[in-house]
Amino acid sequence: MTFRTFGPDEFLFLLSGLQWTVLLTIIALIGGGVTGFLIALARVSSLQWLRIAAGTYIQIIQGIPVLMILFLSYYGLGLAGLDLPPLFAAGASMTVYASGYLAEIWRGCIQSVPKQQWEASESLAMTRAQQYRYVVLPQALRISLPSTVGFAVQVVKNTSIASIIGFVELARAGQLINNATFQPFRVFVAVAALYFVVCYPLSQLSRWLERRLHVGSHR
Amino acid sequence: MSYTFQFGVIAQYQDVILSGIWLTIKLSVMSIILGCAAGIVLASLRSVRGGVVRFLVDAYVEIIRNTPFLIQLFIVYFGLPGLGLRVGADTAALIGMTINLAAYSTEIIRAGIEAVHKSQIEAGEALGFTRFQVYRHVIIIPALAKVYPALCSQFVLMMLASSICSAISTNELAASAAFIESQSYRSFEVYIVVTLIYLALALCLRAVLALVGLWLFGRRVARRTATAVAEEAA
Repeated sequence: MTFRTFGPDEFLFLLSGLQWTVLLTIIALIGGGVTGFLIALARVSSLQWLRIAAGTYIQIIQGIPVLMILFLSYYGLGLAGLDLPPLFAAGASMTVYASGYLAEIWRGCIQSVPKQQWEASESLAMTRAQQYRYVVLPQALRISLPSTVGFAVQVVKNTSIASIIGFVELARAGQLINNATFQPFRVFVAVAALYFVVCYPLSQLSRWLERRLHVGSHR
Repeated sequence: MSYTFQFGVIAQYQDVILSGIWLTIKLSVMSIILGCAAGIVLASLRSVRGGVVRFLVDAYVEIIRNTPFLIQLFIVYFGLPGLGLRVGADTAALIGMTINLAAYSTEIIRAGIEAVHKSQIEAGEALGFTRFQVYRHVIIIPALAKVYPALCSQFVLMMLASSICSAISTNELAASAAFIESQSYRSFEVYIVVTLIYLALALCLRAVLALVGLWLFGRRVARRTATAVAEEAA
């Protein structure tokens, strides 16, 4: 019996898996970004019940494993009678996961805008929406960049968990190749290297943004 | 929807769940102790020695932090036997978790060490402290106190990530869930219950870590730990 060896074709298959990893990351960041932003606003809202609800959501998402979010949405969507491809379950759960963490990161950024900015804009008779739109959010956005990019690295890595529910992204592609070649060390080191190629520049970007921000701030 | 939830079925698998919880706790506690110790050693080495040592520690931290935990587990569990090192699933899980957590702890503690002001060290020297005393009382303990909340967040994340070890057939809590699901076909109910158990474990771990912080560093740090939801380690 002969096995395939890990050659150029196998590497190309890994690259096609990488495309799905990137796509899943983008879905998670867009979906999680929109939901997370709304939850962050709810977290700093003037309504107490809204703050508590958002805080509870964040606590729950940060207190359960990503794997459980995946299983729950995978089986939950099935129970609801929706026969959807794994990409949908994976995208939905990565969105939920990202929203819980991004909300908390961005809440911190909104709250780190100095209080005087709120007071000054209030004295200019701005409505709360205007305060957010013209004064607070532009500053919060700047503060949030390093940690948001840093979190994107976490998302890229955690999309690998979607392989456990059978979504063929990079990690799953690696498993499939390994099953055909029986060269686990070589295959998984190659997979790790591909993840590294995506994540390392993002990590460095996050670090660079952080340094730049510190130079610019007057603290 | 015609589906009726039956949570009662899960009760008969109590033993499976309890043994899963026990292994999750064991793996988490051991990897936290080992990973944190390794983090202290590596971060110290890095700050004391320059050159090659610093490069190697940084390379280790960057490689681990920029690759998924799942792939690290695969390399330990499936890859190492090819190099002549055969390890069981539980040991592989512990090795993978420790390697992963050590890298994150190193990075967090490094930030704490770098935040210690130079004048503090000079003050320590002026008081006639030996190098080791300066290191112990002026550098490492204040550094750890400063980053303790961030470390705790990382510990909780590691406990949650231990669920991924089920992919290499470690029989921890997530694997218990998969087993019960395959026996009872009550997938949604099982995963709801297990998710709630993880949530309870995360809250308990956070409370225990806050108490440990109180014992180690006093009240101020403990309060920060209890309120920190997710401090970004990055």
